[in-house]
Amino acid sequence: MELYPRQYLYLRTVRAKLFIDENFGSNIELNKIADEACFSKFHFVRLFRSIYGQTPHQYLTHVRIERSKEYLADGQTVAFACYKVGFDSISSFTGLFKRRTGLTPRQYQIDRLNFKEAVAEKPLHHIPGCFAEKKGWKTK
Amino acid sequence: MITKMNHVSIFVLDQDSAFDFYVNKLGFKVNTDAEMGPGKRWLTVNPPDQPDLEITLMLIDDGMMFDKDSSAKMRELVKAGTFGFGVFQCDDLKATYEEMKAKGVEFTKPPTEEFYGYEALFKDDSGNWFSLGQKK
Repeated sequence: MELYPRQYLYLRTVRAKLFIDENFGSNIELNKIADEACFSKFHFVRLFRSIYGQTPHQYLTHVRIERSKEYLADGQTVAFACYKVGFDSISSFTGLFKRRTGLTPRQYQIDRLNFKEAVAEKPLHHIPGCFAEKKGWKTK
Repeated sequence: MITKMNHVSIFVLDQDSAFDFYVNKLGFKVNTDAEMGPGKRWLTVNPPDQPDLEITLMLIDDGMMFDKDSSAKMRELVKAGTFGFGVFQCDDLKATYEEMKAKGVEFTKPPTEEFYGYEALFKDDSGNWFSLGQKK
């Protein structure tokens, strides 16, 4: 069965997405990705959006914000997370982060670190009792 | 009345390996990762768009849940691919299939048109199999 036409261009677009996944921290030029994928920027953006529901640029921002959350949750500084995921301005990173998550990077970090601390201190508060009992972690 | 499911368990052979598979290959988010004593760990992940569904990556080990005999049998059954734990959904099956294959996920059925939609089957690192679907 031929699920999709234009298989070659389709695969190139999937590879472009994987390229973004692996290289989001670098200075990715989306025009260059379209060139390397051997089709026009317009066609590339349209095909990418039809597959992933967002433009390559929107997707790149999404990946960067998601990865920055991991650095923040690990206790790295806002500046470290910002530069590590490929943003070059802390203020634009903070603005984008807040628009996407509703929290500033620092607020997000405090929430996650508090959660981790609560889990470490009282793990049984985060495990359904039935499983804790079956595992022998909870005494009756 | 029941409104939703918020925890479901997948039995795995190794939690470190399962962490790598579900987080790095499938793109799931870690929800809770708690050390519960030497060699004991409560590990749950969320599918990216389902933050309120915790999938527990439950280690099959000797203990209260399994006695030694049951644990050995369960590990063999999981390894043999006996269990299909569920159906995951995606917006574009062909793209997701290509991405997962590129990350080393093993498929036992490529994207195929069925009367209910498009479906592929893949295995996790322990041997559990899952359906991956796209609605028509």
